[in-house]
Amino acid sequence: MNARNRDRLAAPVRPDAWQTMLEAATGSANTPVLTLLDGKTLYLDKLTVSFDGFKALDALTLDVEPGELRCIIGPNGAGKTTMMDVITGKTRPDYGSAWFGRAINLLALTEPEIAQAGIGRKFQKPTVFEYLTVFENLELALSGPKSFWITLLSRLTAAQREHIDEVLEVIGLTSHYRVLARTLSHGQKQWLEIGMLLMQQPELLLVDEPVAGMTPQETERTAQLLLSLAGKHSVIVVEHDMDFVRSIARRVTVLHEGRVLAEGNMDQVQNDPRVIEVYLGE
Amino acid sequence: MNEDRRSIVEDRGGFAFLALLAAAAILVPVLNRAVPAGSPLHLSTYALTLIGKYMCYAMLALAVDLIWGYCGILSLGHAAFFSLGGYAMGMYLMRQIGPRGVYGDPVLPDFMVFLNWKSLPWFWLGFDRFWFALAMMALVPALLALIFGWLAFRSRVTGVYLSIMTQALSYALMLAFFRNDMGFGGNNGFTDFKDLLGFDLHEDGTRVALVSATAVALALSFLACRAIVASRAGRVIRAIRDAESRTRFLGYRVESYKLWIFIFSAVIAGAAGALYVPQVGIINPSEFAPINSIEVVIWVAVGGRGTLYGAAAGAVLVNYAKTFFTGALPEVWLYALGALFVLVTLFLPRGLMGLVPAGVRAE
Amino acid sequence: MRQDELRTSNFEVRSSWLLALLLVAVVGVPHAGAQSADERFLATLGELREASFPDKEAIVERLSGTNHPRVRSALTAFLDDRLYSRVSDQKIFIVKSSDDSLSSLELIDPLSLQDAGSSARDGLDKIGTNNRLRKVLKTAVARFDLSSADPAVRLAAVTEVLRSLDDATIALLRQRFGVETDAGVKAEIDTGLALVALDGSDRKSRLDAIAALARKLRPEVRNRLASLIETSSDGSFVEQDEGVRRAAADAMRSIDRWRTFYSGIETLFFGLSLGSVLVLVAIGLAITFGVMGVINMAHGELMMLGAYTTYVVQLAMPGHIGVSILVAIPAAFLVAGGAGVILERTIIRFLYGRPLETLLATFGVSLVLQQLVRSVFSANNRSVETPAFMSGTLQFNEALALTYNRMYIVVFTLTVFAILLAVLKRTRLGLDIRAVSQNRAMARAMGVRSEWVDALTFGLGAGIAGVAGVALSQLTNVGPNLGQAYIIDSFMVVVFGGVGNLWGTMIGGLSMGIVNQLLEPYAGAVLAKILVLIALIMFIQRRPRGLFPQTGRAAEGVS
Repeated sequence: MNARNRDRLAAPVRPDAWQTMLEAATGSANTPVLTLLDGKTLYLDKLTVSFDGFKALDALTLDVEPGELRCIIGPNGAGKTTMMDVITGKTRPDYGSAWFGRAINLLALTEPEIAQAGIGRKFQKPTVFEYLTVFENLELALSGPKSFWITLLSRLTAAQREHIDEVLEVIGLTSHYRVLARTLSHGQKQWLEIGMLLMQQPELLLVDEPVAGMTPQETERTAQLLLSLAGKHSVIVVEHDMDFVRSIARRVTVLHEGRVLAEGNMDQVQNDPRVIEVYLGE
Repeated sequence: MNEDRRSIVEDRGGFAFLALLAAAAILVPVLNRAVPAGSPLHLSTYALTLIGKYMCYAMLALAVDLIWGYCGILSLGHAAFFSLGGYAMGMYLMRQIGPRGVYGDPVLPDFMVFLNWKSLPWFWLGFDRFWFALAMMALVPALLALIFGWLAFRSRVTGVYLSIMTQALSYALMLAFFRNDMGFGGNNGFTDFKDLLGFDLHEDGTRVALVSATAVALALSFLACRAIVASRAGRVIRAIRDAESRTRFLGYRVESYKLWIFIFSAVIAGAAGALYVPQVGIINPSEFAPINSIEVVIWVAVGGRGTLYGAAAGAVLVNYAKTFFTGALPEVWLYALGALFVLVTLFLPRGLMGLVPAGVRAE
Repeated sequence: MRQDELRTSNFEVRSSWLLALLLVAVVGVPHAGAQSADERFLATLGELREASFPDKEAIVERLSGTNHPRVRSALTAFLDDRLYSRVSDQKIFIVKSSDDSLSSLELIDPLSLQDAGSSARDGLDKIGTNNRLRKVLKTAVARFDLSSADPAVRLAAVTEVLRSLDDATIALLRQRFGVETDAGVKAEIDTGLALVALDGSDRKSRLDAIAALARKLRPEVRNRLASLIETSSDGSFVEQDEGVRRAAADAMRSIDRWRTFYSGIETLFFGLSLGSVLVLVAIGLAITFGVMGVINMAHGELMMLGAYTTYVVQLAMPGHIGVSILVAIPAAFLVAGGAGVILERTIIRFLYGRPLETLLATFGVSLVLQQLVRSVFSANNRSVETPAFMSGTLQFNEALALTYNRMYIVVFTLTVFAILLAVLKRTRLGLDIRAVSQNRAMARAMGVRSEWVDALTFGLGAGIAGVAGVALSQLTNVGPNLGQAYIIDSFMVVVFGGVGNLWGTMIGGLSMGIVNQLLEPYAGAVLAKILVLIALIMFIQRRPRGLFPQTGRAAEGVS
C-alpha cells in the first residue's frame, strides 16, 4: 500500500467531504442523495423473505456505520446471499424495510437505480471483460454519459484518466494496465472487478466471498485492499474463510437461519456459545 | 500516459493494408493505361474488373467484420444491403441509358416498355441525378437497417435467432425483387448500362477510374471502421460482444450501440454494392440470395474476424479461389467451399490472421 | 288312273313348295328382319357420307332412335372424328386412331367392332363434323349413357344432357329420376329438372324449383338465380313476378352462405396441410436445436436425402409404387439419420457451445451434400410417383373437394408427431435426451453417456428430416435445391414455436400454415411470406423465446 492510500485511510472522515463526493458521484437529479440516518449507512429492519414456505430471511435487523468494514459470516443457507439480493433490489422482501442512509428507501428502487444510488456489488464469480485490457475494463466502468455518440466522439478527459490511475493503484494493477483481462490470475481478476466497482464511486460495497479460490498471497493482498477501501467506503464482506475474516474485520455479524445470531468483534463472536453450537453442533 | 491508443503507423497490419491499397490505386491505372497491351505486365479489362470486384467484396467483408468480429452480431443477410446499394446505382445507370435502349424510350427503361408501363413509378423519380442515386445508395440500406435493427435489438433478439431473422429478411427481399411487377426489372434485373456521369462504362479509362475509386472507398471505409473500433465506443462494442448483460448492467444502452453500428455497416455494404454494379455491368435479384450473405461470412471467417484488414484479405483470397476453381474445375468449387466452411470453423477459429504472431496483429 | 296320280303329285309338289316357302318364311323372315336392321344401320351410316350437316343431324337422330346396339360406338367414333368412308367401296369404317402422323390407318368394322384391315390415308374420306353436330352427337351419346351401369358415366351423361335440354330429354330425365338409385346422380337430375321448371309458367312449380335450388351450390345454379333478379337496360326487372324475385334472392343468399362456409373449410384444410408440412420439416430441427443448441443448416439437405431415398426405392421397386412409399419411410429415416450421426460425430461435437460456428460449419456441409447429389443424380429434378391410394380427390359436394395426398400427409404428420412424443416421454432414450438437455452435468453424474445421447439425438432429428423428405417428395419436385426451399420456413417455425418443445413446433407450424393460407388470396404468395416474416419479428418482440420457451441450460447457452 503506498503512501497516498495510507494517508487516505488515516484521514478522518468529514461529513461535508462526503456530501460533496456523493453529489459529484451521483449527479443526476433523479437519484436521491444520501443523507445519513442516525449516522448509519445501511439500515435493515426486520427483513423477511420466504421462498415457498422456507424462510430465507427471518426478521433480519442489521445496520452498518459509514466507512465500516463489516464481515458477515454464517453457515450455508443462513441468508447471506438473500440479504445482499434484497439490498441490491434483486429480491423483494415480504416484510421489513431497508434504508440506504436516511432518505433512500431501497425497496422502492429498481436494481439499476440502486446501483446508481451508490451501492456496488461484487459477485463471487469474476465477470470482467476477458478480451479487453485492464485499463479498458476500468474505462468501461467509468460513470458519466454512456451514449453511443458521446463514447464515439469523445476522448478521456484528464480527470477521468487520473481516476482510472487511482483505482489501478488501489487495486494494485498499475503495471498490468495494458494486459488482457483473460490473462490475469483469478485473484487479479477479482481485484479488477473490485476496481470496476470503485470506478462508480459507490458509497457501499457488497463483496461476496472475494477470496474463494485465491492463493495465500492473493488472499493477503485482498485483505489489504479491502482494508484500504474502508473509511472512504462502507464495505460488507461475506466470507467463509475465518482467517481472512479475522485479518480484516473489526465487527463481525453471524447470520443463522435468516436472523442475526451474534455480533461483535472476532473474539467475541468466536467465543459466543450460540455461535459455537451452530457451527460445531452439540 | 495510460492511453491505449496506437497511431496508424504503429498498427502494422492496418498500415500494410493501406499501403497495399495506395499501391493498387496507383499501379492499376499505370499498368492498364501506360503499359502496352501485349506486355505481360499489362492489366487487361478482365483483370481490371476482377480487381474492382474483389475490392467491393472486401468492403462488404469489412462491413460484416465490424458487426460480427467486434460486436458479435452474425448477419446472414448483408448481401441484401449490398444489393440495395447496387440497385440504387443500377437505377441511375438505367436512366442514363435514355433513348439508347432497345425500345428507344427516352424515359422508360426497356423492361418497363416491355411490360407496357406508361410512366415511371414514383420511386424512380430523381434517379436521373447522380447525387440522388448516391444518397439513396446510402439511405435505403440505412433505413432498412434502422427498421430491422430497431425491431430486433429492442426485443433483445440475439445469437442464432437474430441470424435466422436476417437470413429470412434477405430471402423475403429476394422473392420480392424477383417479381416482375415490382418495377425493378424482375428476374432479369438491370443490365446493358451505357455510361456513368457521361463516361462510357465499356472504356478502360472509366474502368480504371472506378477501380481507383473503389480503392479509395475501401481505404476510407477501413479508416472509418478503425476509428470506431479504436474509440471508447469500440471498446463498449467489444464488451457487448463478450458479455452483453454485464455491459447493460454497467449502464450502457446496448440496443443503441448495436443499432448504430448495424446502420453504419449497412451503409458501407450499400456503398460497396453501388461500386460493384457499374464494374460488373449487371444487377439482378439473385444477388439477394441467402447463400451470398453466408459466403461473405466465410470470407471474414477465413481472413480472421475482429481485425478488419483480415476480413478484407479473406474476401480477396476466397474469391480468387472461387474464380480459379469455377474456371478450372467447376464441379469442385462447391465441395471446396463447403469444406472451407467446415475446416475454418473447426481448425481456424481466428482465421488466417490467427496464424500471424500476436505482436504484429492489431486487436 | 295315271291322270289321277299326276294330279295328286302336282298338288303334293306344290304344297311341298308352299311348305318349304312357309318354313323359309317362318325361319327366314326374322333373320331377314335382323339382317335388314343391320343393313339399315349400315345403310343409314352410309348416308352420312354425302349428307349435309343439317341432314347429318337428322341421320344421327334417326340412328339414336333405332336403339341398335352399335349405335353408341359409331356415334362416339363420329364425335371423335374417327368415322371414315372408304373411297373404293363406299363402306363406312371406324379407325383406331386418327393421329395425323400416321399415313396408314387401321380400320374397325362398325358392326362387329373387329379389326378390318388397314388403308392408306388417301384411300379414306373423313366424315366431318361441325360444332352443332357435335352437340347433337354429345347429347345422343349421353342418352345412351344415362342407362349405363357405371354411376360415374351416368353422372357425366346427366351433366351433358342438362346442357342442351329439350322436351324429349326432359322426359328422359324425369323417367330416369324415377328409377335412379345413385344419390349423386339423382341430385344432379333434380337440379337439372328444377332449372327447367324455372322456365315454366306455373308459379308454384317455379317457387318449388327455387327452393330446391337453394341447396345446390353449383355456379351455374347461382348464375341462373342471379339472372332472375337482374334488371334490363331500361331499369325494369327482367322477372316480373316479385315473389319469384324475392325467393331467388333468398336462395342466392343461402347459397352464398354455404359456399363461404365450405370455402372456409377448404382454406382451413389447405392451411392445415401446409402447416403439417411445416411441422414435419421443422420438428427435426426443433429437437437438435432444443437439446443441443445446434442450428443445423444442413437440415434441408437431410430432407433432400430422404426425398432422394424415396426416388431410389421407387426405382428399385417399379411395379409396386404403393408399397415403395411404405418402404421408403424407414429407409429415409435410416439414411438421413445415419448421415446425421456421422455429421455429429465428425463435426458438430467439436463445436458445442459455439452455435454460430455450428451454423457455419453445417452450412458448409449442406453445400457439400447438394453438390454430392448433383454429381450422383444430376442437377435435374427427379420425378417421384404418387401411389394410387394417395391420388385423387374426395369430393364432398360441389363446393368442397379435398385431395387425398394432402389428407394423407396431415395424418402422417400427426402419426410422426405422436411417435416422437412417445419416444421422448416413454423410452429410455427419450429420458436420457430430456435429462441431458436440462442439465448435462447432472445427467452425466447419473451415468448417462452424454456423447452417445448427443449423437443419437442428432440422428433422431436427422432421421425425422429424412422422413419429412419422403412426404415432400409427394408434394414437390425432388432436386438438389429441395432443402433450400424449406430451410427458412423451418427456421421460422422453430423460432416462433419455441425451441426444443414439440408442442410448440406443432402449434407454431400449423398456425403459420393457416395464416399463410389465409393471407395468400389477398396478398399473393410473396407478400404473404413477407408479412408473415414481419409478424414474426413483431411477435418475437413480445416473446423472444417463442410460444413455448424451453427453460434449462441449453436455452441459456444459445444467446
